[in-house]
Amino acid sequence: MSGYAEAVILMLAINIVVAQAGYLPLAAGQLNLGVAGFMAIGAYVSAFVTNEYNLPIVLGIISGAFAAWLVAVVLAVPLLRASGIYLALATFALGQVIQAVFLNMEAVGAAAGYAVNKHASFSLIMATTAAVLAFVLLLSRTRFALYLTAVKNDPVVADLFGINVRTIKVQAFSLGALIAGIGGALYAHQYSYIEPQNFNILLSVYIVLYVLLGGTQTVLGPIIGAVFFTLLPELLRGSEQWRYVVFALFIITLMALRPQGLITSRLLQRISSLWRRERTE
Amino acid sequence: MGGIYVLVAVSFTLTIGVLNFLNFSIPGIFMLGAIVTWRTLENGWHWGLAIPFGLFAAVCASFLVERFTYRFMKNADHEIPLVSSIGFLILFENLVLIAWGSDQQRFPSLIPDLNIRVAGLIIGIGQILSLALALLLVIGVSMLLKYTQLGRGIRALAESPETATLLGIEVHRIVPALFVVTGLLTGISGILFAMNYQQVSAYMGDVVGLKGIAAMVIGGMGNIWGAIIGGLLIGLTEVLSIYFFGADKVDFYVYGLFLVLIVLRPQGILGSTVATGVKL
Repeated sequence: MSGYAEAVILMLAINIVVAQAGYLPLAAGQLNLGVAGFMAIGAYVSAFVTNEYNLPIVLGIISGAFAAWLVAVVLAVPLLRASGIYLALATFALGQVIQAVFLNMEAVGAAAGYAVNKHASFSLIMATTAAVLAFVLLLSRTRFALYLTAVKNDPVVADLFGINVRTIKVQAFSLGALIAGIGGALYAHQYSYIEPQNFNILLSVYIVLYVLLGGTQTVLGPIIGAVFFTLLPELLRGSEQWRYVVFALFIITLMALRPQGLITSRLLQRISSLWRRERTE
Repeated sequence: MGGIYVLVAVSFTLTIGVLNFLNFSIPGIFMLGAIVTWRTLENGWHWGLAIPFGLFAAVCASFLVERFTYRFMKNADHEIPLVSSIGFLILFENLVLIAWGSDQQRFPSLIPDLNIRVAGLIIGIGQILSLALALLLVIGVSMLLKYTQLGRGIRALAESPETATLLGIEVHRIVPALFVVTGLLTGISGILFAMNYQQVSAYMGDVVGLKGIAAMVIGGMGNIWGAIIGGLLIGLTEVLSIYFFGADKVDFYVYGLFLVLIVLRPQGILGSTVATGVKL
């Protein structure tokens, strides 16, 4: 495999992981514009423990993910008092604050950035991505996924049916942060150098775009969204700016024509019934 | 700076208060107003022509956003128009990058460079002028909302789109008009920014736009007077934290204040209760 193809595949794998990080909260109706902040936590913590304490990368990723999860759990209780657009804005502010904290933290190089000594192998990143996907897929088969949809569609009715809405919300938010932490750690060990500016609001916005364009109804949606939006700019590599113009036009048209995203559960059902019919014939 | 935040915050607050739509293309419109004015000035136009032309471009852009975001998605989730407005932001910025490159361009100084000293503080004439103009404009907008036919329509729409339609208010005319007003305000603030800092670039709107959102939330979403207080408060926090803690910690304090406020008081300083919706 050429170096370029490998780089694209690795970028794709990381994007798929973080797309799931944006998907879990969105499945519960939370628009998280602070995903990049949780990625930053994962990246910095993992980089720090592997650099300073010489821990293996796997442990670094785990501690990064755990740190992001912990921050999310602690903050979820006050943050989730807000909902809808207010929650989106609160998470947006949270992302900015996290970025500003790292920007001023001398121990990890502040604005100058932080070199990561341990480089993750291709197979490790792929294995982690597979593990995350397996986890989310498993999750989507449990009642938890149903609870998420119920909370998203109508929190009041979900509450009446005996679902602990607050717990579900906190779980969706913090699991998203956990996965974002994993994604951030992978990013750190792949690019070997991190700076706070990498984890800006635009990154969060792009992650949300992957999910919304792919579709929020299924686990497959965010994956397709991430694949699409990692590969589309690569295919349009002719001119750096024109590809963003095409990208932007694509977003606008897609949202106008198909606001529910590319992949919906109905589409999946139709495909599977087609497939079944062909098999029986 | 406060004055510019005020104007941007008012633009955000108008679309959010009336349509429940967080319009992320506002930083792009901000930039377009300034950069088109710069371009026409470079072509040798008199500033009296260049500024209206820049504003015209901003209004057209805002109108375009209305056509392709809000119009299609009145009934969709609140994330959808937000996403397409981000699409427009990326579109505007990159079109400008293609046309004029990514460098900071020098914007000619149109206001005489005079400073007044008040008790040891140096205040530029330009800054005072922009603050005054910003406040005047905001007063103008609130008068417009209060006393004109259009304003009454907008307020009715903010209360309840269904009832407004039932009462014979032509929603499909009010909404574009609202976007024209926000485009105009945003364009003016962009040009004011360019005049004060004497430079323009494709990404000039981003930071200001984000601070504008913060200002809007702090003051109370959908409340014009709240946007004024929020804008001034953000400007003040910025200046004070630069003074006391140094320039690199500014963002931390500004967004920290924002975060604390949105959690403790989601309706903002002047906002009415969230549940009953927004009053202009």
